[in-house]
Amino acid sequence: MTALSMFEKIWQAHEVVPESAETPAVLYIDLHLVHEVTSPQAFALLRGRGISVRRPDLTLATLDHSTPTDPQQVFGGVPIRIESAARQVAELERNAAEFGIDLLGLKDERRGIVHIIGPELGATQPGMTIVCGDSHTSTHGAFGMLAFGIGTTEVGHVLATQCLLQRKPKTLAVEVSGRLASAVGAKDLVLAIIGQIGVAGGAGQVIEYCGEAIRGLSMDERMTVCNMSIEAGARAGMIAPDETTFEYLRGRARAPVGAAWERALDDWRRLPGDAGVAFDSAVTLDASLIEPMISYGTNPGMVVPIGGRIPERDDEAFLKALRYMGFEPGEALAGKRVDVVFIGSCTNARLSDLRTAAALLRGRRLARGVRMLVVPGSQQVKRAAEAEGLHDVFTAAGAEWRESGCSMCIGMNGDTAVAGQYVVSTSNRNFEGRQGQGTRTLLASPATAAAAAVTGRITDPRELMA
Amino acid sequence: MQAIHHIRSRTVVLPATDVDTDQIIPARFLTTTSRDGLGSALFADWRFDANGHPRADFVLNRPEAAGCAILVAGRNFGCGSSREHAPWALHDFGIRAVISTAIADIFSNNSLKNGLLPVLIDEDTHGWLLAHPGAAVEIDVEATTVTLPDGRCVKFPLEAFARHCLLHGVDELGYLLSRAPAIDAWERARTR
Repeated sequence: MTALSMFEKIWQAHEVVPESAETPAVLYIDLHLVHEVTSPQAFALLRGRGISVRRPDLTLATLDHSTPTDPQQVFGGVPIRIESAARQVAELERNAAEFGIDLLGLKDERRGIVHIIGPELGATQPGMTIVCGDSHTSTHGAFGMLAFGIGTTEVGHVLATQCLLQRKPKTLAVEVSGRLASAVGAKDLVLAIIGQIGVAGGAGQVIEYCGEAIRGLSMDERMTVCNMSIEAGARAGMIAPDETTFEYLRGRARAPVGAAWERALDDWRRLPGDAGVAFDSAVTLDASLIEPMISYGTNPGMVVPIGGRIPERDDEAFLKALRYMGFEPGEALAGKRVDVVFIGSCTNARLSDLRTAAALLRGRRLARGVRMLVVPGSQQVKRAAEAEGLHDVFTAAGAEWRESGCSMCIGMNGDTAVAGQYVVSTSNRNFEGRQGQGTRTLLASPATAAAAAVTGRITDPRELMA
Repeated sequence: MQAIHHIRSRTVVLPATDVDTDQIIPARFLTTTSRDGLGSALFADWRFDANGHPRADFVLNRPEAAGCAILVAGRNFGCGSSREHAPWALHDFGIRAVISTAIADIFSNNSLKNGLLPVLIDEDTHGWLLAHPGAAVEIDVEATTVTLPDGRCVKFPLEAFARHCLLHGVDELGYLLSRAPAIDAWERARTR
């Protein structure tokens, strides 16, 4: 029998109709996550054609992208300030009610960023197929599943049929040997991977991350890595499930219980790729060589170790990016001015991320003139952080402590920086204007972001950990 | 969807590489519940200055860009966010095809569902097109070829079903709905 990769096993298990020369495969979707920004036009299509949602029980909606994080607008009775965003929220409420879909609404204590709540609720499980109208759906692959982002037309397809038409992508193994050094995190690892393979390095492929360093990551860390697969251009990222995965899921609200849990474990243990399986391509990295990373340009492949210098190149795209950022080729990044620090997003807003940031901020204050936003990834993360007193650490330091949402990762909910400002951000994209028109984003880990908040400069977090 | 057999147009050239969908349409224009009228937001932060005035030096603002339906773009066009608003905005602006050496996966998928043709071509042809903005080009969807003004004709890859849908003006949803019996059977087999 042919040795199968984990991807191949999951793909075959969801082929309703295999692909042919004329038609793509009809692929079954186990869980469809929906949010307010990429769904209204899909529901309108269904309504226009008189089609119902085939499996509302396999569909879960939440509010995160254009939803405000200002406590007054969420709980304080103050109307959502951006009127068009308020209409999107109302539209999803109406669509969920009309089509019978479970919506974690504005004041629901389970609400949060779509890629944080799936795992948190135990709705994200090994072996599944998950899609969402959001490219960071790759996050869920951390549990050993096929999860990928789709456009709004395809959101409509899944609502109507619970299926998608898909050509089978290729596979790319990213093997990370060794162990990460102390104070080097999953964000540093994935930025180093993207720096190595490039922003189109994963195009047309599903990445499977493997190797000793990956096995050693917690689920929160694995999610950070898989989350940014799309930043390497990949369709999806995945990591084989193991005891770390099972321990994370055990006892969560939507995880199986009793005999069903035991049956699930049996199935999940068969998911990892067979010995000797071949990938279409492979790359390797040594984790022990990776340092805290930071981006200097306008895509997530433009990264260097925090003590490093901006490369010297003369191609137009590179120089255009540096002009936008206000940097020069060959410059050192450490010591450069920082105006805003953002801890949040589906990449780095889980409890462990907030703990890392709080550990650096405890007993310290923000540097003069620095604004810092801390936005928990979900309301559950928020409550857990408050139970540990993390919010007191942040607010004592001078940071803003918000309700959950995408916030300053995507400038469409009222949380933005000002043109020209430098934002050290734990989010996933440093594209021009991503955090507001003319803003300059520097992607980094929660530790590096917290260090920048304290010093007001790009700072190696290890200097504050001594 | 309207059937598309040929796209004939002069080209407009945007050579920048790795153009992400946040540039094609910034997120602040995504708080809409409609898919119409997004052309006004296309490349908003590249087309307009902070006061909303058109930047004369941006290629889509130049007089010769008017009426061009074919965009020749740098490598890895459409990377980043899955927002379908990006092809909606390009289509609303009048663009019907994007030619590049690499086009991001999700953007490419989204484009095909909206009558916007992603055309992948070789480095040499791409280089020629970059160097000759305004060239009159013909794209033949049935033959999957691009013909340059000098008569040179190059093939491009187009997924068979997407090509069928473009040529016949049908959308994929109808096909998927027609597979309902297979989906029913698959669901029954799984729950057994």
